Amino acid sequence: MIKTGSWVQIKKVVLQPDERAVNLPEATKNVPLLLWVKGYLLKDANIGDETEIRTLTGRIETGTLIAVNPFYTHSFGTFVPEILKIDDIVKSTLYEGNQ
Amino acid sequence: MDNSYESVMLRKNAIMRQSVGINYDKYEADYINFDYEAMLKEGDFTLEQIREIQINSGVGNTPLKECKNITQLVRKVSKPGFGARIFIKDEALNDSGSFKARRASISCYQAKKMGFKGVIAATSGNYGAAVASQAAKYGLKCIIVQECYDSKGIGQPEIIEKARACEAYGAEVVQLSVGPELFYKFLLLLEETGYFNASLYTPYGIMGIESLGQELVEDCLKLTGQVPNMVVCTNAGGGNLTGTARGIKKTTEKKVEIVGASVNLKGLHMADDHDFNLKSFTTGHTGFGLPFIMNPDRSDVPRSAARPLRYIDRYVTVTQGEVFFMTETLAILEGIERGPAGNTSLAAAFALAKEMEKDKIIIVQESEYTSAGKHHQAQLSFAKENGISLYFGDPQEEIPGKSIVFPKSVDMIKVVDIDLEIIKKKYIQNQIFKTKKISENDVDFLVAETNSNKDFVLNEIKKYKVTLEGEHE
Repeated sequence: MIKTGSWVQIKKVVLQPDERAVNLPEATKNVPLLLWVKGYLLKDANIGDETEIRTLTGRIETGTLIAVNPFYTHSFGTFVPEILKIDDIVKSTLYEGNQ
Repeated sequence: MDNSYESVMLRKNAIMRQSVGINYDKYEADYINFDYEAMLKEGDFTLEQIREIQINSGVGNTPLKECKNITQLVRKVSKPGFGARIFIKDEALNDSGSFKARRASISCYQAKKMGFKGVIAATSGNYGAAVASQAAKYGLKCIIVQECYDSKGIGQPEIIEKARACEAYGAEVVQLSVGPELFYKFLLLLEETGYFNASLYTPYGIMGIESLGQELVEDCLKLTGQVPNMVVCTNAGGGNLTGTARGIKKTTEKKVEIVGASVNLKGLHMADDHDFNLKSFTTGHTGFGLPFIMNPDRSDVPRSAARPLRYIDRYVTVTQGEVFFMTETLAILEGIERGPAGNTSLAAAFALAKEMEKDKIIIVQESEYTSAGKHHQAQLSFAKENGISLYFGDPQEEIPGKSIVFPKSVDMIKVVDIDLEIIKKKYIQNQIFKTKKISENDVDFLVAETNSNKDFVLNEIKKYKVTLEGEHE
């Protein structure tokens, strides 16, 4: 059980596929428009429950509870060896004959 | 109130008017024209006042740095006597890490002055962090609406980093999956909160960049005793180029060639749920650059203040592989680690410098911060995960969404020119389709909008079923 007042993230459907704008590419018009937002949980709930939150600007949003204390995991990615080759190309061009 | 998609879109104009505090109707005239210069006086700011507001809020006076090693590298692959000096305006040093702080500073200043409690901006780019940072300074609440994930919930790492930055400055971040209906949620939020629409395309969003144009001329004179011959602007929505060019014109009467540069993302549809994560650039690309230059009023305000066709002398594209290559080069040769998208103009400048004599000066007018998610290493590994092949060869072979081709030698970095005459014709077509009749003033407007001449415009108009007032009707 996640307690009232916890910092959480919810997800909701804003528009179902049949409510979406016209002239969308195929891959987009067949899926719903989704929304993610964070805020304070207004009532005790479990992950997966429909719930209400108060956002940082004081707005109330409802949606499916998906995370508590959500955090970032984006990074510098895995190593890309091509970058070393770029270094080699520019340095050998600039300093050719000097090294 | 009916909050269906159709009903909210019908309320668009009323919501917009309320949320920017500008009565756009008063600038409208005849059939298609409006008084652009009068609109740019909204708020009665002088350029001196803009600079003062910015200095008081951590924006502006960024250093202009000569990229001496990159210039030497250009000269290694140029004809004797060629290879212009390349300078970069290090805009990453503004609070929040990009030139977008200049645009946000005037919007937030104005929102505060007009008594709004908060600001909202729809942006997946650096502008979100800029608005959040400036809102923090003015004690304004802030909501940033981002297109961030595909329908499977996979986020573009660069946009995720921007969400983090917005939150770091205290903003609420509303994230959406791919689709132009982001605008629908944006309108609902404006209506719900009564906040100021800190659009990139209001007059404030453009005035704020005029200081950049002015500074780069002043900086260049101080460092070299010369006015720059060419300024290269990364072009997406057109505001960067418009504001910079206006600032330059207000500072010097000498001709400075204004070049727009975009990353070529041909073939990738901007509103496609599948294509979304196949692009390694979330801004500065042709997916925004081309539609906006041909139809600037497709923005989120009734009349966009970003009108690049008025100022652009040359429009070029570079490839993703070339921009990544130059991003790494900037780090490894100049010791300046900056984000990839802002280096679009650097890659173009590198190629353009080859065509210019040694005593000429070319300024890359922005850099942006880099970090986890944004960094070229993060973007390239994300591209690999999405099945994009990376190899060294001729960058012109690159197929956006399928490959990223790094130049196998430095001399392969090139620009591809976009024919501005075709763009101007398309622009006129887009305007003419709105009307059956046009006035003499409309013709003058089209001349100014396309930076062309009367003969060119009249010749284009003849191709359409439109009556020029005063002719036999």
